Amino acid sequence: MTQVADRIPALPAEEHERRQRRARSPVPALWDLLDEVKDPEIPVISLWELGVLQDIEQRGDTVVVTITPTYSGCPAMTVMAEDIVAALQAAGYSQVLVENRLSPAWSTTWMTPAAQDKLRAWGIAPPGCGSGAVAAAVSCPRCGSQDVRELSEFGSTACKALYQCNSCAEPFDHFKPI
Amino acid sequence: MNSSNTREALMQYAVRLGDDALILGHRLSEWCSNAPFLEEDLALTNVALDYIGRARMFYGYAAELSGDGRSEDSFAYLRDCREFTNLLLHELPRGDFAFTMARQYLVDQYALAFMEALLQSADAQLAGIAAKAVKESRYHLRRSRDWMLRLGDGTEESQRRLQAAVDELWGYTHELFELDDLERELVAAGVAVDSEALKPAWEAAVRATLDEANISVPADDWSVRGGRQGNHTEYLGHLLSELQFMQRAYPGLEW
Repeated sequence: MTQVADRIPALPAEEHERRQRRARSPVPALWDLLDEVKDPEIPVISLWELGVLQDIEQRGDTVVVTITPTYSGCPAMTVMAEDIVAALQAAGYSQVLVENRLSPAWSTTWMTPAAQDKLRAWGIAPPGCGSGAVAAAVSCPRCGSQDVRELSEFGSTACKALYQCNSCAEPFDHFKPI
Repeated sequence: MNSSNTREALMQYAVRLGDDALILGHRLSEWCSNAPFLEEDLALTNVALDYIGRARMFYGYAAELSGDGRSEDSFAYLRDCREFTNLLLHELPRGDFAFTMARQYLVDQYALAFMEALLQSADAQLAGIAAKAVKESRYHLRRSRDWMLRLGDGTEESQRRLQAAVDELWGYTHELFELDDLERELVAAGVAVDSEALKPAWEAAVRATLDEANISVPADDWSVRGGRQGNHTEYLGHLLSELQFMQRAYPGLEW
């Protein structure tokens, strides 16, 4: 039994809880509504798929949205909060409050497999399901080759590193596993 | 300590950590469009952003604890030199690329251990900030350590410049591991990091890196301190004049 458990990557407990919060939410329509809010820099994945959207609650007349920042200084976080407010206001919810939750710290292991596929199709090598030191093999999003090299630990944004494919020469971003 | 004293001490501690992050973040940001090549420009400014983000979280918490209407901007833009409490190592001018990377390596090696310890803080907000920071510092350290080896084991010139940088920085590192009364009280309360206890592991790791990089470990024959008490080098005022210019010239200005 333990062998099987070792081989199958388990869903992190906090990600399981996040999915439960959505599944049991008394306001499912609001979650569906915010599925339309995408990462401002990667407009193919939603804040939910990215793992940033943590909770939505209705407190009286106010909709309270809880998000977890990806990186401490990520400038996109401000845009994400503004986009959330705009999407809810456009749907008639005038009172919106966006709260930041730091802990548990955001991890790329919260990204769904579907989101990882979308990243690859968008030209970004996805982080895989490991984190930190246990980085998965990086493969070229264009030709699939694993013969790649890291050009820089940092790419166009804090969450990405810059790679180049040795097989097809494509330079590409790799979403860093953290 | 009664509860209002504890709150005040906690606020000051958050400001100290915010000051460390803001001042180093600003120094790194000075490389924007000045780095030796494009990838380094991106890397240095990304690390700068991580630090400035960290500063915002610490200042935001300090503002909340102050309860007197101050905001994170009040801490960053409306205090003068003597009110800043960052460790001196963070404020030294960026120097050449070797100096910047040597400082970054010494700080990263410290910051990773510091943030890992802060994860255990009895204060949930500090622990939460540490949880974010620790992941970033792991990346920072991997990169800065790599640069130590590349520069130290590179050309005659890069080795010479890196050795000069380490020699100049060394006397500022002792302050990283010194506690004053405020921090001792917070350590006893399980809130602050006992930075004295971090020194042996830090020194062992740094010595190993310097050895591998063909850099000799400087003698411990001089040291400078005073940042936590607001006694700074001449460089901080110049940094603040640039950092704070807009808010001083146009108070309350927003983007």
